[in-house]
Amino acid sequence: MRNSQTLAFFMPGSGCKGRAKLTAATKLMSKSSAKHRMATVYPSWFYVPAGIVFAALFLVPTVASLFFSLTRWTLFDATFIGLDNYAQFFREPFLIQGLVNTLIYGVATSGMKVVIGMLLGVLLTSQIFARDYLRSVIFFPVLVSTVGVGITFTALMHPTQGAINETLGFFGIHGPGWLTDPRYALLSVALVDVWKGVGLATVIYIAGIVSIPQEYYEASEIDGANPFQKFWNITLPLARPATVTVIILSLIGGLRSFDLIWSMTRGGPGFTSDVVASVIYKQYQAGFYGLSTAGNVVLILLVAIIIIPLSAFLNKREVNL
Amino acid sequence: MSTKKLYNLLAILMVTALAISACGSAATEAPAATEAPAATEAPAATEAAPTEAMEPVTITYFIDDNPTNVASAENQIAAFEAANPGIKVELETHPGGGEGDNLVKTRLSTGEMADVFRYNSGAKFQELNPEQNLLDLTDEAFQANVIDSFKPVVTANGRIYGAPEEAAMGGGVLYNKKIYAELGLSVPKSWAEFMANNEAIKAAGKVAVIQTFGDTWTSQLFVLADYYNVQVAVPDFAEKYTANQAKYATTPAALKSFERQEEIFKGGYLNPDFGAAKFDDGIRMVALGEGAHYPMLTFAIGAIAQNYPDNLADVGFFAMPGDDASKNGLTVWMPAAIYISKNTSHPEEAKKFLAFVASTDGCDARSGANGATGPYLIKGCELPADVPPAVADLLPYFQIDGGTAPALEFLSPIKGPSLEQITVEVGSGIRSATDAAALYDIDVEKQAQQLGLPGW
Repeated sequence: MRNSQTLAFFMPGSGCKGRAKLTAATKLMSKSSAKHRMATVYPSWFYVPAGIVFAALFLVPTVASLFFSLTRWTLFDATFIGLDNYAQFFREPFLIQGLVNTLIYGVATSGMKVVIGMLLGVLLTSQIFARDYLRSVIFFPVLVSTVGVGITFTALMHPTQGAINETLGFFGIHGPGWLTDPRYALLSVALVDVWKGVGLATVIYIAGIVSIPQEYYEASEIDGANPFQKFWNITLPLARPATVTVIILSLIGGLRSFDLIWSMTRGGPGFTSDVVASVIYKQYQAGFYGLSTAGNVVLILLVAIIIIPLSAFLNKREVNL
Repeated sequence: MSTKKLYNLLAILMVTALAISACGSAATEAPAATEAPAATEAPAATEAAPTEAMEPVTITYFIDDNPTNVASAENQIAAFEAANPGIKVELETHPGGGEGDNLVKTRLSTGEMADVFRYNSGAKFQELNPEQNLLDLTDEAFQANVIDSFKPVVTANGRIYGAPEEAAMGGGVLYNKKIYAELGLSVPKSWAEFMANNEAIKAAGKVAVIQTFGDTWTSQLFVLADYYNVQVAVPDFAEKYTANQAKYATTPAALKSFERQEEIFKGGYLNPDFGAAKFDDGIRMVALGEGAHYPMLTFAIGAIAQNYPDNLADVGFFAMPGDDASKNGLTVWMPAAIYISKNTSHPEEAKKFLAFVASTDGCDARSGANGATGPYLIKGCELPADVPPAVADLLPYFQIDGGTAPALEFLSPIKGPSLEQITVEVGSGIRSATDAAALYDIDVEKQAQQLGLPGW
């Protein structure tokens, strides 16, 4: 059972359009494995419609993409070239920088979402004024289109006419070129990503914190614990499942993030904010279809290599608690 | 127990499969977007056959969404429909740059291309696999109207597939004449003179060079428009470059193009928002005198005519200066062409439309929308006497023998796709010129291999 739980964590964060289908698929799988022990409920023909959809929309494209990743493909015709695309992809001059940027971006957004989400979760479970309203306000950016957010913030972060630098200028601070200075471009996008995604982390933390029984706090009060001790020794460890979820979700989202980076910097200036996904997309844009397909295969393996052990590790610790 | 393991394994496989196909979704978006226009084609097809005389035939025309080109196309369509009451032309647009290239290639390969479409000539035309996807227009009567120097850039294996849609363009520097008059500067013929002008403009507290890396393609002009000067130094560069015998990094004249862009950045001549400004900002700055020099293709004169007609007379043009003032000349871009998809169900109507565009009426319709932007490659297309100053500056280069050279992409099928990112890095001081040239050589190699050229 723990295995399917691991997968459930693995899924929702994978972030692409297949997300909903992924979650549904695993739920189905775990249910069906549970049902299997009770004996098969449905006759085989019952599975045919879903099987056809699955084969046509997922199995065939997957096999085809594996094949095309081994070819030099112009869309008009494909020449089989063995593993040359993979060799070429690993020779890609920006791949290493893209990998480093991907890791920086994934770890930075994930880390900030954990810290800020936790603090906001504590705030929004307290007895503050207009709590429900504030909860929906913090969740609102999650509902907005990523590309829309990207375009808006590109305008706000314009080096000379953007609202951010104009506000800073009012106080006499000379703001940097948020998206045009190679030193800040990636981190600026990461900040926007955090702004957009922290609502989800907060909601997960709210659920986690609310489920902590009040008795612990009452007992600690009798023992004379100060607020900091209560947070450190009760809230933080008992909200651990929430933390695990937030880390996994945001790390996967960060590792494979593309839309926000593309809509804000297109990997630029130059190649300085390129991540693996944008390197792949540029190959596709340049018409190197086989090469970009090979890149996608590499990306999915990379995400799997990072996330599966991490997920297993975090969930094991949870069981030991 | 083992069945459970099997199910777990299956689940993992499924997830992997799903994730791969889900990540491919970015790639499949483009063709999906093209489905809608394809649907509108269907009714047109059914209309055509039975009531040919009365019902108009509708053909579709697919172009990029650059306002200048849209205005021109709308004018041409209006004039064409007036002359051919039986045919209607429906305009569809796509975004420019790499995204648009993709859309065109995808629609061609899925057989859903519009009847007629507009696309680059030269190296990018070769990428379309013309023999398989385009209608052969070699024997059409209207080819007699097209100036011969254009034909090679839309020819594959000896057959001609396109007709020129716009005027020839020069690549060089648009400059603000008011700033030049105010500071008493004269048009530079050599790089040294150009840099001296930049210094004087900077000393006067003005922006000497406008760059607009918000639209990355605009960053390539220092390199691409410098090709005349490369060719002066190394006459057979294009040939050797195509044959994998000459490289940017090891050919001093070619490397110089990158070094000059680096020099401009180091001189501190750029507008403060160069990293975020876009093409539209660039033409505004040069038209209104917010900056003195804007390295650009001359088609931008059309955009200035549309957006800043009152300032059109303030903008002049000169070719990218080289080492030697006595060997000053212009790098020329051949116009984009219009092509007919091989899958069209209305080849005759489509050919009529092309014949119209490749006639004097066609270029008059374009000039009517945007004014004159350069010499047309259609016989009999005269430019009006009162062309804007920037165009008047452009024309003399065409009249001197050896005053022009085609841009490299019209002499060689290889153009590396990452040049615009590389030149953004050089132009923003992120990467050195030597490094950039070497990097571009790698990019070029990849493109040559994709094209399957011999010697790579």
